[in-house]
Amino acid sequence: MTDASELYQSIILDHNRAPRNYRALEAPDRAAEGYNPLCGDQLKVWLKLDGDRIADVSFLGSGCAISKASASLMTTVVKGKTLAEAGRMFDSFHRMVTGAGGPADDLPAKLAVFSGVREFPARVKCASLAWHALSSALRSQAGADPAGSST
Amino acid sequence: MTVAQHPAGTAQAEAGQLDVARLRHDFPVLRARVNGRPLAYLDNGATSQRPRPVVEAEADFALLENANVHRGVHTLSQRATQRYDAVREQVRGFLNAAEAAEIVFTSGTTAALNLVAQSYARPRLGPGDEILLTGMEHHSNIVPWQLVAAATGARVTVLPVTDRGELDLAALPGLLTPRTRLVAVAHVSNVLGTVNPIRKLADRVHAAGGVLVVDGAQAVPHLPVDVQALGADFYVASAHKMYGPTGVGFLYGRLPLLEAMPPWQGGGGMIQRVTFERTTYAPVPARFEAGTPPISQVIGLGAAITWLQALDWAAVARHEADLLAEATERVAALPGARIIGTAAERVGVLSFVLEGIHPHDVGTVLDLHGVAVRASHHCAQPLMERFGVPGTVRASFAVYNTREEVDQLVDGLREARRVFGA
Repeated sequence: MTDASELYQSIILDHNRAPRNYRALEAPDRAAEGYNPLCGDQLKVWLKLDGDRIADVSFLGSGCAISKASASLMTTVVKGKTLAEAGRMFDSFHRMVTGAGGPADDLPAKLAVFSGVREFPARVKCASLAWHALSSALRSQAGADPAGSST
Repeated sequence: MTVAQHPAGTAQAEAGQLDVARLRHDFPVLRARVNGRPLAYLDNGATSQRPRPVVEAEADFALLENANVHRGVHTLSQRATQRYDAVREQVRGFLNAAEAAEIVFTSGTTAALNLVAQSYARPRLGPGDEILLTGMEHHSNIVPWQLVAAATGARVTVLPVTDRGELDLAALPGLLTPRTRLVAVAHVSNVLGTVNPIRKLADRVHAAGGVLVVDGAQAVPHLPVDVQALGADFYVASAHKMYGPTGVGFLYGRLPLLEAMPPWQGGGGMIQRVTFERTTYAPVPARFEAGTPPISQVIGLGAAITWLQALDWAAVARHEADLLAEATERVAALPGARIIGTAAERVGVLSFVLEGIHPHDVGTVLDLHGVAVRASHHCAQPLMERFGVPGTVRASFAVYNTREEVDQLVDGLREARRVFGA
């Protein structure tokens, strides 16, 4: 890839400019922070659960277009999913952006815009920052400190 | 911008234009293509490229003369020792230190600062003492002092930075107290390019009874450095930012200060006599060079100094000042561009942000355009906070950079604005 528009596809630019679910949740059931010490990007993800289903999800943070758009798209695809389904999406997404291969069938098609990131090793962490925070929130025990942080 | 002859530099017959095309022959990496375009290497503040004579000096030593120093009676070892010590004398000349014993080889600037922190500051400081830093320091000139403060009960205080990116000297009298034992400052800011008034600071620090530690990592590739004229008590730098190898740097310390310092790390080469009851230490500088040093890198550093000193430094200074002025002017003219750091005296570094585009994204678009810059907090997070930015895009220049590379940078920035619709 040598053309910037192949990496920065319009869906990424759109979610960067107007991130979805970009707010804090009141009384969340789970929350986790993601921080990339290499670049200073940071964000926080909140979850509201209905049984083992993600009833609502949101994020706030500062970062590059890749990390912000990835966080925004993530919130749109995990809402309504079970914790187990969201966990499998994290695994698939991680495999896709690191180029580790393996099936990505359970990933919604629109996340394919991040497949180009694997050609930019320095940017893989940007694309996966929100997903790591989500994963950490998923793994955190219910009732645990919802401000628990993770990188 | 100061235009000065490098100490011990040999001016070429006709002082004038720098023959950059000829210089670039010594740097094969500069002919590389990246993402289908000629590489424009503007990340010299992170590490500069190495000319052939430096790499060849290292390789020749490794292939033909390799031996340990200060160890053997055999010929190769003695020759290696002579060459190693000859570079110490070269560094002395490069910095205009009074004596070669004032030069300690370290693994780099970071190790040199930690050595001063642990060996000079830590045994001397106590509760209530103050270590004065500045708001534009690299993390490596912050964290070692925080470690000392935590261990001794001393306090870290900070000289603020003005909106232009200069030290706020008006705040100095209030911060330089009788308890200020040590002041640590960058000679040149790695983010802003600001050249700090070291002589002026040294006089005031000394009048207050403190010592001045100068981080020269970003200064040595651009400015003639005379540690005596500057009044620095300690001066540190890395070889790899001045066309030399990674893994080696140096600490200059005034001899009486070094002689009063205990060893920091123990090992071979730094002792006089070892028994299980009592060990006595070698005199400086060997006292601070425990273990086998990075010998071939030191040889490479020597070659880098030789290479640097053969340049016409008046022409180098003009060339680098022209590049920086042109890049600053053209980047500033782009809509939405904000230059971070507009000090009256700057060298080597241009930092900026483009409105609405995160520095990382600018860095990636530039990379796709063949332009290597650094886009981050530059290991200076407090300074980023001071300017209210998450990071900056930093183009940093070396003697081999060209106007065409500035063009490529500006084209890449236009491309970033186009991609992001900014």
